[in-house]
Amino acid sequence: MSPQENQKEKTTIILFSGDLDKAIAAFIIANGAAAYGHDVTIFFTFWGLNTLRKDQPVSVRKGFLEKMFGKMMPRGANKLSLSKMNFAGIGPKLIKHVMKKHNAPDLPQLIELAREQGVKLVACTMTMDLLGLTKEELMDGIDYAGVATYLGDAAEAKVNLFI
Amino acid sequence: MADVFVDAKGLACPMPIVKAKKALDSLQPGQTMEVHTTEKGSMNDFPAWIKRSNHELIEAKEENGVFKFIIKKG
Repeated sequence: MSPQENQKEKTTIILFSGDLDKAIAAFIIANGAAAYGHDVTIFFTFWGLNTLRKDQPVSVRKGFLEKMFGKMMPRGANKLSLSKMNFAGIGPKLIKHVMKKHNAPDLPQLIELAREQGVKLVACTMTMDLLGLTKEELMDGIDYAGVATYLGDAAEAKVNLFI
Repeated sequence: MADVFVDAKGLACPMPIVKAKKALDSLQPGQTMEVHTTEKGSMNDFPAWIKRSNHELIEAKEENGVFKFIIKKG
């Protein structure tokens, strides 16, 4: 067996930020690491969870605060803002235009590609509760876990990033 | 003649490596793949990627702004 097969290298990324540019960076690294043959896990916590939201409203029973949070936070990868030069939403449109011009995959495509490559997407259940996000509102087929799962994976990974 | 040809010209990072990886997965050990890219980081990216794998970089060259690689699957 090749060295790669008997011990696959690991990469873990924590996506804490809900900024479009940072999410794009996280997914480019994740896709690159997957192409390197690594087992890749992205943990989504706090604002990063918004990357995983479905773009359509999902009707779930929630308290007032959770409803407000849900309304104020971006609904999915296509609605994220830029960390710099957001210009009330014009910035993200510009960056998407530029990325298209350069033939760079956009964030939804990068997420799709990551899933095709077997990148594990894990939503942090504690922060889901804090922000009032339910499983029904996040994309299907992802995992749910807490800090122990992250540490278990991260302890075996040589590449650990917090974005 | 390589067993598989990957045209990644015009594609931005990380697509050339991702496409090359996919094509390489479809090959048997000993078979070869030829990749063409125009992504400027490729001359560093492809050797770095192959070095960390059990595959072999047979050839890496630039011709008229196109980076050409021949990789043998290990």
